[in-house]
Amino acid sequence: MLLSIRSLTKTFPGTRALDAVDFDLAAGEVHALLGENGAGKSTLIKCLTGAYLRDGGTITLDAAPIDPKSTVEAQDLGIGTVYQEVNLLPNLTVAQNLIFGREPRRFGLIDNRAMRAEARAMLAQYGLDIDVSRDLGSYSVAIQQIIAIARAVALSGKVLILDEPTASLDAREVQMVFEVVRGLRARGLGIIFVSHFLDQVFELSDRITVLRNGRKITTERTADLDRMALIEHMLGRALEDEILHPAPEAAAEHAPLLEFQGFGRNGMIAPFDLKIGAGEVVGLAGLLGAGRTESAQLMFGTPPAQDGTARDGSGPLDLHSPRAAIAAGFGFVPEDRKTDGIIADLSIRENIILGLQARQGWARPIPRAEQNRLADDFIRRLDIRTSGREKPIGELSGGNQQKAVLARWLAMNPRFLILDEPTRGIDVGAHAEILRLIHDLTDAGMSLLVISSEIDELVAVADRVIVVRDRRHVAELTGPRVTADAIMRAIATPEEAA
Amino acid sequence: MNARALPLYATIAIFLVAYLLCWLQFPNILSTRVIGNLLTDNAYLGIVAVGMTLVILSGGIDLSVGSVIAFSGVFIAVLLRDTSLHPLVVFALLLALTTTFGAAMGFLIDRLAMPAFIVTLAGMFLARGAAYMLSIDSVPIQHPFYETLQRAYWLMPGKGRLTLIGVTMLATVLAGMILAHRTRFGTSLYALGGGEATARLMGVRQGRTTMLVYAFSGLMAGLSGIVFSVYTGSGYSLATVGTELTAIAAVVIGGTLLTGGAGYVFGTLVGVLTMGLIQTYIVFDGTLSSWWTKIVIGVLLLLFILLQNGLVKLSRSRLAGDAA
Repeated sequence: MLLSIRSLTKTFPGTRALDAVDFDLAAGEVHALLGENGAGKSTLIKCLTGAYLRDGGTITLDAAPIDPKSTVEAQDLGIGTVYQEVNLLPNLTVAQNLIFGREPRRFGLIDNRAMRAEARAMLAQYGLDIDVSRDLGSYSVAIQQIIAIARAVALSGKVLILDEPTASLDAREVQMVFEVVRGLRARGLGIIFVSHFLDQVFELSDRITVLRNGRKITTERTADLDRMALIEHMLGRALEDEILHPAPEAAAEHAPLLEFQGFGRNGMIAPFDLKIGAGEVVGLAGLLGAGRTESAQLMFGTPPAQDGTARDGSGPLDLHSPRAAIAAGFGFVPEDRKTDGIIADLSIRENIILGLQARQGWARPIPRAEQNRLADDFIRRLDIRTSGREKPIGELSGGNQQKAVLARWLAMNPRFLILDEPTRGIDVGAHAEILRLIHDLTDAGMSLLVISSEIDELVAVADRVIVVRDRRHVAELTGPRVTADAIMRAIATPEEAA
Repeated sequence: MNARALPLYATIAIFLVAYLLCWLQFPNILSTRVIGNLLTDNAYLGIVAVGMTLVILSGGIDLSVGSVIAFSGVFIAVLLRDTSLHPLVVFALLLALTTTFGAAMGFLIDRLAMPAFIVTLAGMFLARGAAYMLSIDSVPIQHPFYETLQRAYWLMPGKGRLTLIGVTMLATVLAGMILAHRTRFGTSLYALGGGEATARLMGVRQGRTTMLVYAFSGLMAGLSGIVFSVYTGSGYSLATVGTELTAIAAVVIGGTLLTGGAGYVFGTLVGVLTMGLIQTYIVFDGTLSSWWTKIVIGVLLLLFILLQNGLVKLSRSRLAGDAA
């Protein structure tokens, strides 16, 4: 074994984050590490990279016990890490990023020419031929990710930890990164792969280890494990089938609620027509950057549409700004909750009442008792797991933060709610809960527009799916035609337009 | 070409166009005399702006430098008046003092994780106060060595004088360029300016780098104080009020991003010269109030901030285009 971990234990005040976990990594394998949030994946990785000091257990690398105390030390031992957010500097050149800390020098000064040559040689191993003297930031995230991998491998060279490396990549870019990872596997590196995307795990990994509540549940060969069994391992309970494999229902009749006509804006999305029924869930599918979020943003007035009209049963709607859209009964739960959704230092209660209070005007504060009632009500209804309503929202897990953001909008009781990637970056359990919540909301008569990269998720929740490609609405699938297969085909081929 | 270099080219283009316009109106402006004076008159600003450039590249700011220049002048003048130390010894003492002062500020900024703005603001008051303590009045410097320094120049073709202090500034700029672009310390500065957390993960020694860059800025402020005292022949505690802001303006006009991580030391030289050129034009014109300098600098600053803002947006949208 290249790397073996025996009874690794790590305790934080109040919780045992890792409880006697064993983990083995062979040279030349991709070993996926899975688990819900809080299962101990990040703790395990942080113990490996020296970011945390372990309380007990042994780690041996190449048959020698190791005890890294910092990421740099781990790197020197041979363990490199690539994170979800590219941890390189966009304002430095590609070469500077690759060689940083090991610059070739001549007469005490950095030899730029030699540095560029070395950087080019490094990238050539990955089949990447780019101008290394350009800023890293001028390249796509996928290329940056490959550069990050190249740097990590060059610095460490034995074990590569990939922590959600594909979270911000589209399908084609994921394949680029996977090619690189497969190449490294063939070169004999041991690769630990952490991802929320089960498809990718099945595609790339040789073995899978599942952690739950700080314990190792199982390690199995990927080929021997099916998806259902894996999810059951992760959750410790069976998922409800309807969420995973919904039977396509016949399209229910929905009373028309909203009608958008010729809605569009230059550079964002070509004019589109869209009708939304009361209690209907419309899905928006497409690749990253195809115009999904842009469509939703126009409907919410950020920025306003240049062309087209929006109307409901009683007449035209003014949607020139988010304020106007909120007044029209719209809501928008953005994709990036960290920057656009939560205010991390405020409590859950404050985050939940924020929208309601803003609509009411700050001159008329909501009474504290009413705030408490609202917050407690939503914490209970949405099953937000927290020790209390006054806990800063930043301390919650991703899924619970997402639920709190959702609660903020629900408190305002919108008739039309836009959910942009409602399940991104949250664990499987919270994922299922959010999907169930979507069902509940529409049962109560709310209309939803759901944007998601996960096609299965759209199939599970949407009555109708609009497919977006190249900033244009290209297809609309209804009722029984909403299948993963049909959506994939519509994304891939223009002729599918209905 | 990197979009990052665009502000630098814009700066150079603006300087050349401005010079051309001045030349069309006053052909005399294109002479080595004017150029020599431009370098001499702005030497102290150029030197302190080099230090400021490195600090800003690292994502910081140093508001203390104007006061440190004034303190340096008074320190030199008082020491030369009251003791029999040789000016070179006084210079060495002063540079050690201002460098330590800068290093101390850098240490506090790093260790206490305090905003550079606040720490160097405190440094600004401290240095100005120390200058008052030494002397409230303007103290003339009378020393044969100083006269030698003041008279030292090389004659350029066309009778222009390239003074010692002008050369000192050019040498400083060169040193700054090498430091910023050809050393690991320089790369670390860009890294810190690009993102502290990431820089740390990549192995930048943040504490050391922060301390060093403020120490360097202190050294430059001290050197600038020496040059200023040679230039004015006196030390005065009320001198160079607001010079730190002029230096920041020169850095930004020179194309460096105020938030750090992008820019060139050479651009700062062009920024300083552009500001000097405006002043020269006003002198040539003779009817304009010297306050026009401030107005033009204000407009230029705004222009550059807009340009950089536009560039950032442009590179972002191009990235989004790539991803699509």
